[in-house]
Parts: sequence; C-alpha cells; structure tokens
Amino acid sequence: MSESLVDISLTINETEYRVSVEPRYTLADVIRHQCGLTGTHLGCEHGVCGTCNVLVDGEPVRACLMFAIQAQGAKIRTVEGLSQGDTLHALQQAFMDHHALQCGFCTPGFLMLLTGALETNPDLTDAELRDVLSSNLCRCTGYQNIILAARAGADRMKQLTSPMPETATLRPADA
Amino acid sequence: MAKFDPDVSVIGQSVARLEDPPLVRGQGRFAADVSFPGQLHMRIVRSSMPHGRIVSIDTTATLQMPGVVAVWTVADIADIPPIGFRDTRVEQLEPYRQPVLADGVVRYVGEPVAAVFADDAYRAEDAADAVIVEFEEWPSIMTADVTAEFSPGHSTEAMVVKQGYGDIEAAFGAAYAVVELDLSVGRHSGVPLETRGAIARHDAVNDIIELHGAAKVPHRNREQLARMLDRPLSSIHLFEGHVGGGFGVRGELYPEDVLVCLASLRLGQPVKWIEDRREHLIATNHSRQQRHRIKAAVDRGGQILGLDDVFFHDQGAYVRTHGARVLEMVSGMLPGPYRIPAYRIAGHYRLTNKTPCATYRSPGRYEGTFVRERMMDAVASRLGLDRVEVRRRNLISQSEMPYERDLQALGDDVIYDSGDYAGLLDRALDRIGWPALLRQVEQRRHNGELVGLGLSMFVEKSGLGPKDGVFISVDPQGDIEVVTGGASLGQGFETVIAQICAGTLGCDYRRIRVIHGQTNRIANGIGAHATRATVMTGSATQVAAWKLRDRALDAAAELLQADRADLTIADGEVRHKNQRLSPCVALGDISAWISAHPSGTDAPGGLNAEGWFHTEHMNYPYGVHIALVKVDPSTFAVKVERYLIAYDVGRAVNPMMVEGQLVGGLAQGLGGALFEEFLYDDRGEPLSVTFADYLIPTLHEIPAVEVLLTEDAPSPKNPLGIKGAGEGGVNGAGAAIASAIDDAIQCSGAVTALPVTPARLMVLMAAAPKNPAAKDRSLSVADH
Ligand code: FES
Ligand code: FES
Repeated sequence: MSESLVDISLTINETEYRVSVEPRYTLADVIRHQCGLTGTHLGCEHGVCGTCNVLVDGEPVRACLMFAIQAQGAKIRTVEGLSQGDTLHALQQAFMDHHALQCGFCTPGFLMLLTGALETNPDLTDAELRDVLSSNLCRCTGYQNIILAARAGADRMKQLTSPMPETATLRPADA
Repeated sequence: MAKFDPDVSVIGQSVARLEDPPLVRGQGRFAADVSFPGQLHMRIVRSSMPHGRIVSIDTTATLQMPGVVAVWTVADIADIPPIGFRDTRVEQLEPYRQPVLADGVVRYVGEPVAAVFADDAYRAEDAADAVIVEFEEWPSIMTADVTAEFSPGHSTEAMVVKQGYGDIEAAFGAAYAVVELDLSVGRHSGVPLETRGAIARHDAVNDIIELHGAAKVPHRNREQLARMLDRPLSSIHLFEGHVGGGFGVRGELYPEDVLVCLASLRLGQPVKWIEDRREHLIATNHSRQQRHRIKAAVDRGGQILGLDDVFFHDQGAYVRTHGARVLEMVSGMLPGPYRIPAYRIAGHYRLTNKTPCATYRSPGRYEGTFVRERMMDAVASRLGLDRVEVRRRNLISQSEMPYERDLQALGDDVIYDSGDYAGLLDRALDRIGWPALLRQVEQRRHNGELVGLGLSMFVEKSGLGPKDGVFISVDPQGDIEVVTGGASLGQGFETVIAQICAGTLGCDYRRIRVIHGQTNRIANGIGAHATRATVMTGSATQVAAWKLRDRALDAAAELLQADRADLTIADGEVRHKNQRLSPCVALGDISAWISAHPSGTDAPGGLNAEGWFHTEHMNYPYGVHIALVKVDPSTFAVKVERYLIAYDVGRAVNPMMVEGQLVGGLAQGLGGALFEEFLYDDRGEPLSVTFADYLIPTLHEIPAVEVLLTEDAPSPKNPLGIKGAGEGGVNGAGAAIASAIDDAIQCSGAVTALPVTPARLMVLMAAAPKNPAAKDRSLSVADH
C-alpha cells in the first residue's frame, strides 16, 4: 500500500525528522522505527499501560493511540530528550536513587508522564501524584519505589526551577 | 535508597544498580529494539477455534498481497518435531507436546496455524488477516474436573504425579477430627510488560543462526533449537538483550522462536517477530489453575497428623517445555514449614482447550501455600483455636534442621537446609504489632467496618544446581569482565554479580562488566530460573574471584619484591597491608605484566580465572505474610490496608534489591488474589485478551508494603550463605489475603477460590451466615 504514503515532518526533542508514513502508522511506531528513538516502548498498543507515553506540546500522550500524521507541527518530547548531555533529568536521577525500576521497560513511560504532569503543575500533592502515576502500569516494582522517586524528583525539579533563595539574591542598593 | 560506602565490603550494601543508566535514558535494547537491515516481519495466523480439525488453509490471496514473501503452514515445516521438554524426557508426556504449527488439529484459541512473512510489520499483519482457515469444530473441554480423549489412545489425563510418606491411613484412623476442603486457584500468569520477541538472522559466512531476544535459559534453548533444527550446536547462538520482565513465562522456547530461526535460514533474510498484547495473553504460558480436595487429620490440640490431597491441574492444550514440573513442585513443597508426619498427594495432570500452562513466579508454591494455609485456618476454626497458635504447634523447629522430607521437588530431595520458622513468626507478629492490631480490628468491626487480618507462612526454595561457572578477566586498563552463563530478566543480576566479584576481589563494583545470556561467550549456563541466579552464579563468581585474587597476589609479590602475606587488594590495587605509602600495583598493570611474561601455569591473556560452583541440593528461604484488609460492603472491593512480608534470605547481597523483589512479587501475588484471571466462555473463547480484561494491579491497588528482611538462617550450602529472594513476595499472598477476607466478613473458610473478585465476594457474602455460631459453612467436618 505504498501508494498511500504521505511525507510528513515531526519535531522530536527539537530535531526535525522527515518521514514517509502511511496514515495508519501510529506515532509510537514512527518514533521507534522511522526516527530510531526506541526508548518509547509498546506494552499493549491499546492505551492502558502507558509505556508509550510521550509529550505532545507538553501533554502526556499515549503514542500508541495517536497517528503520526496527527502530530505534525507539534513539539514532541521523548525519554531520549530528558537529559542534558551527561546530566540526567531530576526524575531520571530520582528513579535510579530510589530503585524505582527493575526491568526498566515501563520507566520511559513513567518518566514522560511525570515530566508532563510536573511541568504543568510543579506543586502536585502526594495524593495527586499517586493519581497521576496510577495511569501507568509496572509489573516489576510494586510501585512503592516509583512513588518515592516521583516525590523526590518532583521536589528536586522545583528546587532547580525556583528562583534563587532570598539570601543569595544581592540587590543593588537603591540608587 | 541507594547508597555506597567504599570503606566497607560492597557485599551487603544497597548500592545503586549498574543496569539503570541506559534504562532511564531510553537506551535499553529490548527485543523490539533489535533490527537488522533487510529484515522480514513474521506474523502468526492463530486459531480462532478452541478445538477442531483444520479442514483447509487458503493462502492464495495472501501470497498476492504487497510485500509478502512467504506463508508457511505445517506442510512447510514437516521436518521439524514438536517442542520438547527442557530437562528430563518424560515419555508419558510426549504425545502432548505442541507442534510448531498446528498439525491438522487445533486445541486452543491462539494456537499458531500459519506464519506469514512480509517486508513490513503492518503488511505482514494485513496479509495474515487474509489467510482463510476453515475448521470443523469439535466439543471443547474447559475444565480439569473431567477427562476425555486427547488423541487416539491418549486420555486428556496425561499423568498422575504421586508423592507421600508416613502411614496416612493410621493418621486418619487416629484423628480427633478430619477437616476437608475443596479449594481452587484461578488461571493467572506473569504477564510482563514487554511482550515476547524473537529476531533471527543467518550469518552465511560462518553458517551460524543468531537468535536475538532470548531470555531466561539461552543455553538450554540453544540445545533444544539445535536438536529441533537438526544442526550442530556450534551453528546456533542466542543473545539476550534487555528483558522487560520474565516471571517464569518469558524465555521458554515457544513455536515463534523456532519459526524465526528456520525462516532466517530458509528465506535468506533476517526475520523479526514481535508479539502483540492480545497474542501474549492467549499464546504465552498461563499458570496456576488448580483445584485441590484436601483432608487433614488432626489431634485435639491442633497438631496435624496427616495431610491427604488430590488435585487437578488444568494444563491447557499442550504440555510445554516444563513437562510436569509444576505438579512436582506442588507435591514436593505443599507441606511447607509444618511437620506433618504422614502425607499423601496425587496430582492429576489434565489437558483442556485453553492456552498451555507452565511456571509463573513461585510455581506450585503459590498454589500449595494457598491450600495448606487455608487448611491451617480451617483447623484452627474447627477446633476453636487461635490461628497463630495452631501454626506454631505444627512448625518444624530450628533444632530439627536440616530437616529431610521424604519428598522431591525439581528432581531434588527436599531437605530444608536451615531455618527458624517460629523465630520469624515471632518477629513478624512483633513488627506489625499483632496484639494491638487485633484490638484495633475488633474496635473497628464494632463500629461497623468489615476489616480483617490474615496471615500465611511458607517455605520457598532457591539455588537449583547442579553447577554454574564464570570466567573473570582483568583488562590492562583495570576494568573487569565477568562472563556468566546466567541470564537477567530485569532483576538486577549484573549488580549482584558485580558486588560479589568486587567484594571478594577488592575493587570498585562499578568497574565490572557482567556478561550474561550470550551463548557465544561461554559454553555453559543454566540461565535465570527457579530463583537460582544469585545463589549459583553468585557463588561461582565468588570462587573465580578468590582464584583471581590469589593470582594477582602471587604476581604482585614478584613484581613488588614483597612478601605475599603482606599484600592485600583494595580499590583495584595490590598494596602492602601496613605501609600506606609503599609502592602498589594496579590489577590492570598486573594483567598486562602477566600477558607479557606468561608462566606455565597462567591461562593465556593476562590476569583471569575461571570458577565453578557445585551444589547437591537446593536451599530453602522462608517467610511470613500478614495482611490487613477492608471489604467495602457496597462495591465488594477489597482494600489492602497494610501488608507485611517477613522473609529470611540467609544473606542479602543488596538489601534494596531484595526488598524490591519482594514488593514487586507481592504486587503480582495480590493481583492473583484479587484481580487477575484468564477467563473463557463455555465454548472456549478467551475473554481476557486486553489489559482492560486481565487486570494487573495499578498503584492504587498496592498498599504501602512493610518488609522485614532477616538474615537469621544463612544457607550452609554456599559460602556466602545466600538464599534466593525472587519468589518470597508472591508465595504467601493468596493465602494471607484469603485469610484476611474470611476474617473481615467473619466467616471462616468462606474464601475457597482465588481470585476473590468483587463478583465472587458478593456471592460469598450473600451466602455467609450472619450468625457467628455457624461460622464453618464451607468446612465439612467429621469427628472420629
Ligand atoms: S502501549 Fe500505549 S498505552 Fe500501552
Ligand atoms: S520495572 Fe519492569 S515493568 Fe516496571
């Protein structure tokens, strides 16, 4: 059915990818196979598990439920875009520190889910965090350490983005 | 939380995992991430019929579809035998093996009937949909309560597994009371988040088939594949990448593994197959489903005199790679931590028209513990005794260790190596504050809440032998490579092995690379199953590291012109023990020096050593689970409010990871106790084919789990004293939850089947007598 191929361009982690897709190709498949970003995983392909979560214009999205052509013009972010070179994202570090992964298959999905949720609302309470996290599945950890990591990562993200504390802010004397 | 103190031995520390950095960055290499240029995609056409004859398979339309290269049915692979048993050949079971593609008859919905190969995964799926299979429907058998004909001359009862000891008739003759129960465990399974995948390519230059996406037992599967494809062993290699959870089901040899290997050879192109979730739920091994009819003979004080169990194992459509192992484990391990002077068990191994079964985490023990612990509760209830007290009276005491049962499990005599069961029970009750909790529960009940406490005790097993070997080498830069025949299913194998190697040798665990699951790197290996990796591969690592340490010290003594006895190894350097400033030499330099100055005794290639560990018997960790649950009388949902796992691992190499294993296992155990079940309609159509039907617990269903990890009974069977931790979180969960629900609804013996779904609980509660005097509804009791 190659006659139905459509040329599209996707912006993923600030890089532009020009790909030819059939309209039925899911965003997840195109990200994985045509853009080569295999950190986005597929655990169910029916929207339940969340291993395929990516951010589309800042919102966590199940990439298995979206067609690639629908994502044209949007800013897509995947797990590969989280770290800044050698510096891991606060959530990545927190997941390692708190042993929030075993097999790691679910991890990219949880990281993107949390990134989206916390960038939208940095002040999520524990109960709200639990609610957010319950939309993804993990079969290995029993979730306990994922909650701890999410809390620690959220706190660290806030620290990193909050303005310098008062004492460190030197204001020039009124002049 | 992970932390590392370089001043104390790394063995026993909760250090951060070596596995994590690529995984959090999205750089993992799971099966679906493996691709080769020019690869074909395979799609399996599966039976839509639970039981029937294949009248015809029409592939004409399919072959004309774009991108399609080939379509295979059984006729195309007539030379390939059915999939055999991994360990022992059991002649009696051979007629029940699964053919790679259905051979004229289909026996479950999901059975592979044809394989389509195309240049693209979407096209392969389209093409598979166009294959037309015509069936003649036969009646299907959907329960193990009955038997029928499997094939001419063979009953659906493939065998009966029997074990026992003691004078069972005398025990029942002397009983003060006999308690009988009829108990069932539902059909659940591992259901890892990563589905299966297999990618094969044929290296024509060397005539080697490479199978990627392997897991669990790569070396054993290699042997099997070589036999099935009738090729020399050296012409097949298996490669394990990241594995998204194993839990027993992943990494067994399945029809699809055989097909991709064969297709890569015959079609001359790499072939990739990735299972989708529906396929996973109907094609990958199921597990657990059993019905037990058990009787206990007890004396007036609640001592069990004899246990007599007949059980029916619903195997599904074929006997897969495990043969009868689950039944052997049920029968060999069911007595658990209790003395039980006389015992008789008969397991009826019966085929039905469902997905075939094999092992799932704590195979045979989750089931057996549910049955045995239900019985302990029933005995207590019958005699009006306290649940804890009845257990205590029957426990094997520490002074009786090692305790030999006249039973076998996994072909090994069951000899409990060490354990203080009563001690762990006390510590568990103490930790959770049992007396206070009983009072709280009483108070809340008084206020109208349906809350209850449950407990279970169990013995696990780990460290299945007979042997495992590793090869350690130091490169000139001082990095260390440990080549193992082990396998990693995401449980932190690399970190554990690196910790043992580093702690024994005296170096930083982060400079160690652990190789696993690559058959081209080491000739032998028995992979990761039966909670054996830490014990067997870990012990072999220790043996090799000791040897390597010796060699390094010998060489350094010569290099430094020092007395060997004055030298030690720390931070990857050989140093003088006392004089801090004296010259030292790095392990990497020693390795380079040995390479340049080989002596007759050194293996080639610098500083290296091979180590083997042998063991005759398994070891037996043990645990206690305690659950506090609350039943919602309007929705019939069960909320687990508190949960304690007390578990003795002998010695924990990395306590953080052991706890992780226990909590993760518990989540699966709770799933099986409350939510997870593969259901079928009467005709044999599977009803649990998505994550919306097969309900894996989410974070909302898992309580904050308390873990009491003890190291009171190190195993005498290996120098580190370790016992495995992979299965202790799941084992007792079904039993503890059942006990707690009984307590919550104040009806002893109410729960006779798992999972206790809201629908089941509604029925139970409707039938439960409000009158506490008539508590023993489900127990049929006969006094003697
Ligand atoms: S793969 Fe997209 S939600 Fe499961
Ligand atoms: S770590 Fe394996 S699924 Fe979450």
